[in-house]
Amino acid sequence: MDRARDSILPVSAILAGVVAVWYVGAVLFNAPFQRDLDRRAGESPGIAEFVGRTLSQPKPTLPAPHQVASNFFENTFLRPVTSNRSLVYHSWVTLASTLLGFAFGTALGVAIAVGIVHLTTLDRSLMPWIIASQTIPILAIAPMVIVVFASIGITGIIPKALISTYLSFFPVAVGMVKGLRSPELTHLDLMHTYNASRPQTFWKLRVPASVPFLFASMKVAIAASLVGAIVGELPTGAVAGIGAKLLSGSYYSQTIDMWAALVAGSVVAALLVTLVGAAGRLVERSMGARPA
Amino acid sequence: MKIKETSVVSASGLGLTFETGDGPVRALSDVDLTIGKGEFVSFIGPSGCGKTTFLRVIADLEKPTEGTILVNGMTPEQARERRAYGYVFQAAALFPWRTIDRNVALPLEIMGVGRDEQQARIRRTMDLVNLTSFGNKYPWQLSGGMQQRASIARALAFDADLLLMDEPFGALDEIVRDHLNEQLLELWARTEKTICFVTHSIPEAVYLSTRIIVMSPRPGRVSDVIHSTLPSERPLDIRETPEFLAIAARVRDGLRAGHSYED
Repeated sequence: MDRARDSILPVSAILAGVVAVWYVGAVLFNAPFQRDLDRRAGESPGIAEFVGRTLSQPKPTLPAPHQVASNFFENTFLRPVTSNRSLVYHSWVTLASTLLGFAFGTALGVAIAVGIVHLTTLDRSLMPWIIASQTIPILAIAPMVIVVFASIGITGIIPKALISTYLSFFPVAVGMVKGLRSPELTHLDLMHTYNASRPQTFWKLRVPASVPFLFASMKVAIAASLVGAIVGELPTGAVAGIGAKLLSGSYYSQTIDMWAALVAGSVVAALLVTLVGAAGRLVERSMGARPA
Repeated sequence: MKIKETSVVSASGLGLTFETGDGPVRALSDVDLTIGKGEFVSFIGPSGCGKTTFLRVIADLEKPTEGTILVNGMTPEQARERRAYGYVFQAAALFPWRTIDRNVALPLEIMGVGRDEQQARIRRTMDLVNLTSFGNKYPWQLSGGMQQRASIARALAFDADLLLMDEPFGALDEIVRDHLNEQLLELWARTEKTICFVTHSIPEAVYLSTRIIVMSPRPGRVSDVIHSTLPSERPLDIRETPEFLAIAARVRDGLRAGHSYED
């Protein structure tokens, strides 16, 4: 009951508000074109009829929520997953490169963090470059990465995954630097009194202390990976994936398809973030964290 | 200066000056002190008197800037490398991701003690601090007093002869503190370790120690050394005896004398 009052109710209220605004927006955005159509057809529908028509255009400027919902449902559940029109298929293509890029990015981020924490030279020299790397617009980098790799014969999932890596290593590196430096002074002093070696202090103190930071930054990183994968599909003429779906939708003004693909992307993102969060809770529980 | 064979800690002319942003701060000045094997020595004084700093110098957590100090006849660094002492901090400083047993095992793992030997030592030290049945709990499941006992078990686990305790019971309430003081004396009698104990409680210092070092601040120095005449058998109500109160009064006088130049 508390749960219903505390989380479901407020979330549903906001959702209802968004849907209402969306419907109003759909009517307003689609009205000019609908008026055009009606004038050319020589028709003059009543207000209810007119509103109904603005919400059921095949290629609306702003599709109505129910159009997106039915398109999403149809292309997710009613098509074989191998079909080129199935959103499950496209989501899977994007998901595969998201996960690969996320794995690369996490590994790279952790490696950079370990280097920065242990070598003052790296701390001074690398950090500014890492921060600078994130100020470069990914949309500018993505086509170059794809083209450069294609020129040396590497195409497909790897270049796409590298764009995800580029976006996802950053939060992991920053989070892990913080995490590896999180042990209290007393804990470090304690290890010093035992005459512990640096590897011992690293494995027995710094690594376990950094676990909560790792999962917090992995949540951000996996969402960034997904963005990277979608962006990687846009300029490459990819034939499959959520990015390709968005692009072809915009070529052919299939706005409903585009919105459905966006919804698919959001669902994938929500699932991924939830999964990482759940994995984090599981690991922390097994490390004796007080249950929340 | 010839160091006696039995001295565990011997300092002469010891001084430590911290370089801070506001200029140098003299934390310790001209400390001469010898601590013999099996002694229970308390360091008492107001904050800033250098008592913790002195303990940290023994532990090689701070480097002195003047004078010399030997621990077991070695430099503090050599002594630390040979794991000559166990250190108990003011906070229990247990690793939250390890059970109590694994926390006690931490120094043993680092020192490369074998699995079976680890188990035996964990059992022995957990018995010593009366935590036998709590080995599988995580720190947050224990009270503050129990956590501090676990941290004492951890300091005892590798059988160092010297125990350095920095206000270990400072954050605990008085009832728990009394209880732990009693247990600590018992443990000291049983293990015959040398204990250096930092506190700012006069009754605690008098109750526990064979010798009380009164320190005064700015710069941190020894202002009085009081040998306790109390018997080694000390029930808690010894604190009401005239003998106890006389020693406490002397400690208080020493503290006051050290303070007087300030006001």
